[in-house]
Amino acid sequence: MQNLFHPFVLPFVLGTIILFAICIWKFIRWFRHFDRLQRAILRKNIFSWKIIPALWEAFREGLLHIRISRQNLILGYMHRSIAFGWFLLIVVGFFEAHLTPLNSHPVWLAIFYRFFIHEHHLFASSEVFTFIMDLLLLYVLSGIFIAFCKKIYSKAVGMKKTTKHVLFDHFAKVSLWAIFPLRLLSESLAANVYQNGGFLTQSIGNFFSPWFAETFLTTSWTMYSIALGTFFVALPFSRYMHIFTEIILIYFRQMGVHEHLERTGYTMYELNACSRCGICIDNCPLNKDLNITNVQPVYFLRDLRYKRGTDAVADNCLLCGRCDAACPVNIDLLAIRQQERNKREQDHCDYSYLNNIQPFNAIGRVGFFGGCMSHLTPGITESMKAIFEEVEQKYWFLDEERTICCGRPLMQQGYLEQAAELRRKNSELIKKSKISVLITSCPICYQSFKNEYKLSIPIMHHTEYIMKLLETGKLKLRKDDLRTVYHDPCELGRGCGIYKEPRQILKKATHLVKAKHEKEESICCGINLGDTLIDIRQQTQIRDAAMNNLMYKNPDQICTACPMCKRAFNHATDFPVKDIAEIVRENMIKK
Amino acid sequence: MAVNFGYSISTTRVINFDNCDFNLLHQLEEIVPSYKRCLNCGACTATCSAQQFTKFNIRKIKSLFTSAQYDKLAKELDKCMLCGKCTLVCPRGINLRPAIMNMRKILSNK
Repeated sequence: MQNLFHPFVLPFVLGTIILFAICIWKFIRWFRHFDRLQRAILRKNIFSWKIIPALWEAFREGLLHIRISRQNLILGYMHRSIAFGWFLLIVVGFFEAHLTPLNSHPVWLAIFYRFFIHEHHLFASSEVFTFIMDLLLLYVLSGIFIAFCKKIYSKAVGMKKTTKHVLFDHFAKVSLWAIFPLRLLSESLAANVYQNGGFLTQSIGNFFSPWFAETFLTTSWTMYSIALGTFFVALPFSRYMHIFTEIILIYFRQMGVHEHLERTGYTMYELNACSRCGICIDNCPLNKDLNITNVQPVYFLRDLRYKRGTDAVADNCLLCGRCDAACPVNIDLLAIRQQERNKREQDHCDYSYLNNIQPFNAIGRVGFFGGCMSHLTPGITESMKAIFEEVEQKYWFLDEERTICCGRPLMQQGYLEQAAELRRKNSELIKKSKISVLITSCPICYQSFKNEYKLSIPIMHHTEYIMKLLETGKLKLRKDDLRTVYHDPCELGRGCGIYKEPRQILKKATHLVKAKHEKEESICCGINLGDTLIDIRQQTQIRDAAMNNLMYKNPDQICTACPMCKRAFNHATDFPVKDIAEIVRENMIKK
Repeated sequence: MAVNFGYSISTTRVINFDNCDFNLLHQLEEIVPSYKRCLNCGACTATCSAQQFTKFNIRKIKSLFTSAQYDKLAKELDKCMLCGKCTLVCPRGINLRPAIMNMRKILSNK
């Protein structure tokens, strides 16, 4: 019987035991912090058919990294080769070991197969296995090579900035990078001694002198085992924790669990699922235009994970959601940042002055809510009035004289109680007025009404309303010759997913041209309520970048669907900037 | 016969700056440096959403804060809805919304 044990397997075995013990302990601890609603959702769905999409997504994202590949092919290849390649090495190695006719198959046999098993032809197709294993090793090594190139010159793989890791992450990374070259060396030496290598290991092995191979064979395998053991012990405390956490996170997410207003155990899964790939860094306007490099989600989540989060980081974010849309792990970044802001001490508030507002009876009318910001750009409200009159729709302008804020600006800064107070006032007003539908021209209010208010009537953004008028034929547009570019407001696009309607309207009214980045990738206009720490000069810098992005195809005018964006661009130049309602008003065919 | 013109003569007040404690003001100016740029034009007050419902004068609050008259200010600031209109209209580009948030914080820590 062959000897299948050597002391050098101990670092690997110990590392594996520690790895799984710590991971399971962490997962159970986080799971116990799930709140009641999240547990209820899990209980309901845990054994449902949803497990199939969960497994599929785990395969696609955990191993193949499809979302990264969509953004950047080389980066996708790098992540895929390391993740999927290693996974296949383990799986194929497992089969190779278990197909070998032996009395026992210890767990480390697959890992150190070439050291213990010296003969070919022990079972049918064993040479095929040798070939595949070599091929897979080459595949992983190519990924490690790209990672190494990325470390030296990140622009080569299409990343302007990469993550600045903490020392411990570097340590874990070095041990990971060491694993595969050491495996190649060990198998090559074994191939030299035992003649059991494949196309890669045998050819490399033949370069060594037999004396060298014999002398360093055990040393090399020991180092390989130590590298594995070190990486496994470092894994749960480093960014590589994402490897296992992401799979579980995908499962929970597919079951329907999502973030709540306060931090729960689910947030801990999300924090640990961040691989710190750094894709959010290049997508953040604060980094790109202002060179603020400590607030991006990668650093924000890391600080939270290591309990070093600060208000200065949590508050310094536009909440534009560009990182959220780009995140390959689909972590709910905005919700986590909101949770940190929600911890803020709730100030007193006194909105008793809103008590004496008389409700208006508007049965049979549609309600129009301009919001605070629409009152700064009267062109929008005037156009909406003109459109209502054109289609002979009776309407009630809720805040023509004076506006109660929708509460979202307060909410974004973490003043939940005050926001709820304003929501209560507005809801009361809307319910008593008995309007049939609420139309708003401000995406901030729209998102607030849609997600926070529990109103029984339909909520529409004015682009949706105009689109409906066009579809039913109540409103007709003529087409002008102007080349128009559409700016996606953050709250409307990434926030509410409305990309289609404004473009359809614009195609009927004018010539729509493309911006450089649009839809999910559109750039925030900079003048927003999310960030309280940047000043007007910095806001203008972001706005100029957004402007440049829109000027990509030399349009004649800019169109947007948000009063704040309109105001931001209007202040930048004399260039015509219009709201979509204004363009519709100009181009509608009067009866 | 008393005619109501909607405004009246202000009572004379004397603020002795030697006796004022400007610590809170300095704190605020450190957090929101743009606060110093104010020229008291009152655009913020004119556009304010809360002002449309009640007596709430952001310019006055600012003047009182600058001259270290903190009595009743905290209560007055509670009326703000933080909608941010004032910040958008400010001709001097003052970050007024954070200034108000920080005023509240500073006054409650006083």
